[in-house]
Amino acid sequence: MTLSVLYALAGVGLFVLALHGLIVHAHLLRKVLALNIMGSGVFLIMVALARRATEAPDPVPHAMVITGIVVAVSATALALVLLLRLKEVTGRTELDEDQTPS
Amino acid sequence: MSNELNTMPWIVWVILIPLIGAMLCFMWPRRGKLLGMITTLITGFTAFMLYLQLLDHGVIRYALGGWGAPLGIDLYADGLSVLMLLMTALVGLGVSLYGVGYFKQDGENPAGFWPLWLLMWAGLNGLFLAGDVFNLYVTLELLGLSAVALVALAGSKEALSAAMRYLLVSLLGSLCYLLGVVLLYHAYGTVDIQLLGALVNSNPATYGALGLMVTAMMLKSALFPLHFWLPPAHASAPAPISALLSALVVKASFYLLLRLWFDVFPAVTTVDIGLVLGTLGAAAILWGSIQALRQTRLKLLVAYSTVAQLGYLFLPFALLSPIAWQGGVYLMLSHALAKAAMFMAAGNILKYGGHDRIADLDRVAQRLPITMTAFCLAGVSLMGLPPSGGFIAKWLLLEAALTHNQWVWAAVMIIGGLLAAGYVFKVVGYAFTKADSPHDARPVPLTMEWAALGLAAGAIILGLNAHYPLALLDIGKPFAGMSP
Amino acid sequence: MSAWLPLLVLASSLLPGLIIFFLKEEQSRTRIFLNIAGAVVKLGLVGLMVWGVYHGQTYEARLPLLPGLELALQADALALLFVVLSSLLWLVTTVYAIGYLENSPYRSRFFGFFSLCVTATVGVALSDNLITFLLFYELLTLSTYPLIVHRGTDTARKAARVYLVYTLVGGALLLLGTVWLYTLADTLSFTPRGILSGLDAQYHGALAVIFVLLIAGFGVKAAIIPLHGWLPRAMVAPAPVSALLHAVAVVKAGAFGIVRVVHDVYGVEFASSLGLLMPLALLAAATIIYGSVRAVYQDDLKRRLAYSTISQVSYIVLGTAIAGPIAAIGGIIHLVHQGLMKITLFFCAGNLAETLGVHKISEMDGIGRRMPWTMAAFTLGAFGMIGVPPLAGFISKWYLGVGALEAGQGWVIWVLIGSSLLNAAYFLPILYAAWFKEPASAWPDEHVFSGKETAWALLLPPVITALLSLAVGLLANATFSPLQWAVFIASLEFMP
Repeated sequence: MTLSVLYALAGVGLFVLALHGLIVHAHLLRKVLALNIMGSGVFLIMVALARRATEAPDPVPHAMVITGIVVAVSATALALVLLLRLKEVTGRTELDEDQTPS
Repeated sequence: MSNELNTMPWIVWVILIPLIGAMLCFMWPRRGKLLGMITTLITGFTAFMLYLQLLDHGVIRYALGGWGAPLGIDLYADGLSVLMLLMTALVGLGVSLYGVGYFKQDGENPAGFWPLWLLMWAGLNGLFLAGDVFNLYVTLELLGLSAVALVALAGSKEALSAAMRYLLVSLLGSLCYLLGVVLLYHAYGTVDIQLLGALVNSNPATYGALGLMVTAMMLKSALFPLHFWLPPAHASAPAPISALLSALVVKASFYLLLRLWFDVFPAVTTVDIGLVLGTLGAAAILWGSIQALRQTRLKLLVAYSTVAQLGYLFLPFALLSPIAWQGGVYLMLSHALAKAAMFMAAGNILKYGGHDRIADLDRVAQRLPITMTAFCLAGVSLMGLPPSGGFIAKWLLLEAALTHNQWVWAAVMIIGGLLAAGYVFKVVGYAFTKADSPHDARPVPLTMEWAALGLAAGAIILGLNAHYPLALLDIGKPFAGMSP
Repeated sequence: MSAWLPLLVLASSLLPGLIIFFLKEEQSRTRIFLNIAGAVVKLGLVGLMVWGVYHGQTYEARLPLLPGLELALQADALALLFVVLSSLLWLVTTVYAIGYLENSPYRSRFFGFFSLCVTATVGVALSDNLITFLLFYELLTLSTYPLIVHRGTDTARKAARVYLVYTLVGGALLLLGTVWLYTLADTLSFTPRGILSGLDAQYHGALAVIFVLLIAGFGVKAAIIPLHGWLPRAMVAPAPVSALLHAVAVVKAGAFGIVRVVHDVYGVEFASSLGLLMPLALLAAATIIYGSVRAVYQDDLKRRLAYSTISQVSYIVLGTAIAGPIAAIGGIIHLVHQGLMKITLFFCAGNLAETLGVHKISEMDGIGRRMPWTMAAFTLGAFGMIGVPPLAGFISKWYLGVGALEAGQGWVIWVLIGSSLLNAAYFLPILYAAWFKEPASAWPDEHVFSGKETAWALLLPPVITALLSLAVGLLANATFSPLQWAVFIASLEFMP
């Protein structure tokens, strides 16, 4: 088992664990963290699988990961701002399960 | 078209102009309305120019910065992309006009609307013209984040919760999609759509990517049973934003799915997967319509109607005839116009009476006639009654189903149309009656009423001569990947 | 010119209607002018069209819809018959409605939709293929809905909802049948003798199902049992609406559709060979008897007339379903005759309600002395319905009877006799009470009009239509009578 495959599997593991966390945890901050970890998992897989037939690592996935990190940062920022506003307005940090206003 | 105009890179401008406009609106919020309208008009013009260029040239491929695939970013325009661009421009024009009137009132924050809306438009245009799957991811995220921010603009408890839920769902979808992109790149060494289409064959990575990407698009297009985030988000957002969300944003992910299905994965898609998607679409039609019938609030009714109508879009996956895709795209087009008009009308009614309880509509038919006409015309298209774009779409879908004796799908479409009539006329009926507790009416700016009527009339006009849109759709043969 | 005339005929009610929507309530002069002018212009244009067709001119207007499908209007003999009837009756009903709704709220809205309704009816009449027919047919549903819900009460809303459920389900069945037919036949144009005879025998099962779908779709508006439930409930609408719905627009459009399907889509011979016409005839006969029986038990005048309509419109279906030329003549001519007679009856019912507040038959004792002209018109209409010669109704029933015998369907005679007896059973008591009984001490809600029995606008229309129904009966053998027209139409279908 080469190192890159190990890294890729670790990435998959992160993705799945974080997905579980996203679904199971009710606290919004935990959900946001879970999404971040999922993102990191994807990036890890991407970098790990970047080694192609050639000796030197493939730069294209690296470029994609950088773009991905930028996107993740902006998304997290938006999520945190929303979280803070939500706490301000409702006093809670969880979403109701049945949030459809009747 | 004159030579200079023909050689301009309209394909780039149509993405750049709204981006620049968004920056300008952000820097000068006081001039937001003016800058926003100007940007809207120029973007619409550019989209039209691209359309003319497409008619001249055929399919257009443009390498950004002069670097081509597989390393550079390619933009690609065929009939389907330009159709989506024009649809966005039309709806965008209506929404901008509506927004000018809507945000004039006190208490509504205009400073956030224009930059975010124009950013969303840039994202949409970029998505429709993207030539590789990673670029699609970037534009998808841009679209998603601006949409979430727009939902949260209303500032109420429901809006913030809905926005949060929408954000979580959106990010989940994007990450699944990105993982799919990673798998594809690992297997084939490229992210360009055309190249992938030629290379893709059956192997585990491809199936993994297919599964992830289809699931991601199902989530983003609110296909039953992953639709739970849509009604609260679309109902609690301010009216022009609900219009944008239902008309355009959910269609973008559907467009993405179409591109993947026909251009990247044609070698591995099977009838069974199509059948699953079609079945979920049918479930969406029935479930969404029944839920819409049960609502007591107008905007929620319209939001559930979106869930139902999106179900129709997934039926062509299960239908065997190529006409079905024409029907699906036509439905996407008419639904965009009709649903935007309907949300705008609902917004007018909300503004007028201060509430949107259906049972208390209090003779709105008499007091807001332009708005009610808009609502009714939009309803005609949603129900699939002639003459309207919705009718043409329904006809094409029914023809596709009946040519191959697919009775169940035909029955689902007919029942869906009747249920739609149920919830549309529920509203129309109450619009004629007097409410028990009449309330003071607040005036509604004429721009808002006429914007709604204009879009609704557009949905009807689409039903009068379907040759042009269908001919446009054919350029580049986007559905050629399907066996007839 | 040949493409413009059908479009102008449509425009002559569409444009005034659209303008009327924008008028304020107080602008009644403008509204009245637009209404009457539109009706007169339409009648004139239709007259022009008839004259042109008589001299060999053809009129056609086409608009492409989809590759392989187009919207098309044309003026063949059957279309012209229906268009002339609709335009004439619209003029008369407009005058009546202006009188009836004086000082009612929301008149601009009412007359706007009224005009749209007629536009849709004329569109139905002039359609050249099934998809154009479908378009205007659904437009008819959409434009009549606001007329039924007009008063804005909860009863009106619920009645309108029932109406919609029936008509939209009918429309859905119609759409299904039409699309299916298109996938099999590749064309939807109306052609005498039908478009389907060339189809392979393996499709005959599908064609039979399609026939059922189409007839069901049209049968809802034509109020064939068991699809008739909406009609009595729609009586909650104002009287001009009932008059329009029951004599001109909705029920006739349904019956007209059935005639078109049997004659010009399937062809009488082909339909007969598939065994489709006998069940239809039986259903029509059942409707005739059922409607008449229910009518006998109604005390509300408009409801009695509603059930009478259910019964009478099925004469048209019966005539079409008996596969013979003379019966076809009887069916087609009853389109005109029933229209004239029934509208007279509804106008009179409206007069009684507006002038004296009388809604029930039990309140009608001695009313003939108070409103002689109205009741005279009513009497003419009633006798026509029963089938007393030489009134219009007699002519239709005669042709139906003779046609049935000629086609070997003798049992129809019993249905005709039975229904005529039932008609007598529910009309004669009204006439007796009105003319020969002593009136009650006071009418429920009397409005006095100086010198005359009621307003001119309410009095003239029923008198005119009653006289017309007499005239078409007396002058049935004249060259230009509706009867000769119907003979001509039937000859197109039956003679080689």
